[in-house]
Amino acid sequence: MWTAVLTIALIGLLAGLILSYASRKLPSNPDELVERVNDKLPQTQCAQCGYPGCRPYAAAIVNNGAAINLCPPGGDDTVRRLADLLGRDVIPLAESPPAGQAVAVIDESLCIGCMHCRNACPVDAIVGAQQLMHTVIESECTGCKLCVAPCPVDCISMKDT
Amino acid sequence: MATAAPTYDLGKLHGGLRLDAHKTASTSAPIQEIPVPAQLVLPIHQHVGDAAQPVVSIGEQVLKGQLLAEPYGSLGAPVHASSSGKVIAIEPWPVVRRYGETAPCVVIECDDEDRAIDGWEEPLPFRELSPDSLLQKILQGGIVGLGGAVFPTAQKLMQAVSCELDFLILNGVECEPYISCDDMLMRERAHEVIGGAQILMHALGLDTAYVVVESDKPEAIQRLADVMSEIGDDRIVLKQVPTIYPSGGEDQLVQLVTNREVPSGGLPTDIGCLVQNVGTAAAIYDWVQNRQPLISRVTTITGDGITRPMNVRARIGTTIADIAAFAGGYTEYAKQLIVGGPMTGKSISTDRVPLVKATNCILVISETPSPGPELPCIRCGDCAAVCPVQLLPQQIFWYACADDEQQMRNYGLTDCIECGCCDLVCPSHIPLTFDFRMAKARIRELADEKARAERARQRFEARTERLDREQQERDDELERQKDAARKTGPEAIAEIMKRKQQKDDGD
Repeated sequence: MWTAVLTIALIGLLAGLILSYASRKLPSNPDELVERVNDKLPQTQCAQCGYPGCRPYAAAIVNNGAAINLCPPGGDDTVRRLADLLGRDVIPLAESPPAGQAVAVIDESLCIGCMHCRNACPVDAIVGAQQLMHTVIESECTGCKLCVAPCPVDCISMKDT
Repeated sequence: MATAAPTYDLGKLHGGLRLDAHKTASTSAPIQEIPVPAQLVLPIHQHVGDAAQPVVSIGEQVLKGQLLAEPYGSLGAPVHASSSGKVIAIEPWPVVRRYGETAPCVVIECDDEDRAIDGWEEPLPFRELSPDSLLQKILQGGIVGLGGAVFPTAQKLMQAVSCELDFLILNGVECEPYISCDDMLMRERAHEVIGGAQILMHALGLDTAYVVVESDKPEAIQRLADVMSEIGDDRIVLKQVPTIYPSGGEDQLVQLVTNREVPSGGLPTDIGCLVQNVGTAAAIYDWVQNRQPLISRVTTITGDGITRPMNVRARIGTTIADIAAFAGGYTEYAKQLIVGGPMTGKSISTDRVPLVKATNCILVISETPSPGPELPCIRCGDCAAVCPVQLLPQQIFWYACADDEQQMRNYGLTDCIECGCCDLVCPSHIPLTFDFRMAKARIRELADEKARAERARQRFEARTERLDREQQERDDELERQKDAARKTGPEAIAEIMKRKQQKDDGD
């Protein structure tokens, strides 16, 4: 009987050692996890989470343990999906989500062509050249509002779609 | 009112319902020609695909058959002037649409002369044309599927040419209650219908065509049979199918006639069949042989809200108010205006909307009695028994309530043809079709959102990469300048010192 007990104990010990070694030493591809987290984010690139875009936020969640409730455009759905994926608890959003989809609109009669909004846009959805009128490519605008604050003449407003 | 049809009765089609036809009111008189109204309103988007682009300007005089808007994008059809007159506006006008209330229309003030444009070349016998040029010709005629789907016919044929086809099926199964325009068309213009079938067979290189008519249209069947024996083309076969709703649905008809099932998400061309409405065939004949583009159509105006129900041939762009006035005006029962049939039509609030290529029926009826309050689903399965696509509506409804997109897809929501059979038999009065329509819109919305997010992600990544590259280039440039300075620095200083020394010595 003792042989049986010893054998089982040994197998258990061996398996445990292998598993703990594997979990420490073998590469657990964090990039792949970052991609999967990134897939769950809404890709507005609005930086409201405090990171410069969706992918950097995904990287921060995976590598630095950033909270999963920092994405207002994603809403509670995104928190739930992230919690599912990462095995964390569902927590309420840190900030209330926006009312709906919106796009930025430049009042072209006021635009002075300063390029500030163009440089702020995370998805290159604003076109225009120095000293010339700028405009928003409506189909590409994610409604992140990052162009609103830099405008020195306040000619950018958000329009609901 | 509606009784579930036993499935064995149909043989090859699952489910379906026998509905009260309500067709005799509109089939007792021949098709009446409506005079050209004072004003025509022609939407530039009357078909599946992209809206056509107007090629006329406000104030321009146009002639009957003149091109008003040309197709734009990969899928579309042109729009022609239905009569002669002056373009007085190109503006949003109330129309029948699935989404939204108005759409851009070309408004023509007619001059009562109805002058046709000349310059159409003389019609050639279609057998002398190559299939390719025939398809091009059909594209120019603005012909779209007149059964209700308004898919541009030329593009449907062009897609079909690349498939291996066995049968052309002409759909004369007008299974929805009240509608009788195809029935009357087959009775009065059987020659054009069969002629259209011959043109289609020539364009596609097909050897077999089935003209399929429901068994409750004996006059149409008789007339078609007469014309076919007159023409003597034995490649065309007349077929009868039982009167069951919705046997006129494209996929259902294919299954009924050929016993082949259209795969989920597929088209009849995947299984070697091409279906065209009989009205479309007649329109093709009129265009190819008589040089008449699609500027008028037969439509049924009926219901207990209409004084003299009938079938009329009206110019595209005639408003429903004009057509109703021609049919004797509204009766005291008129409460609801529906464009299309009672099962799949759309209820609208104004009769200012124009007749478009898709309008096969104008139904004015009294208030339908409310079926009763919506009750919880008792999972009786009656809806699954009548579903012609063999879906499980009760399951889809379940997942629609839970907003579970993946499961709705798994249960085949995208294959739902929105025939409305499940609504009619539901003992709990659940508006299933309406719910499914909303769920489909939701699925589309989610897919759009996903596509948009994906595009934003790519643009963001491209931008990040570009910024990194530019930063790298700037750093490299700075490094290069520093290097150069470091290299030339000591020598340059020595040079200056030497010159200073010489100057000092000179003094």
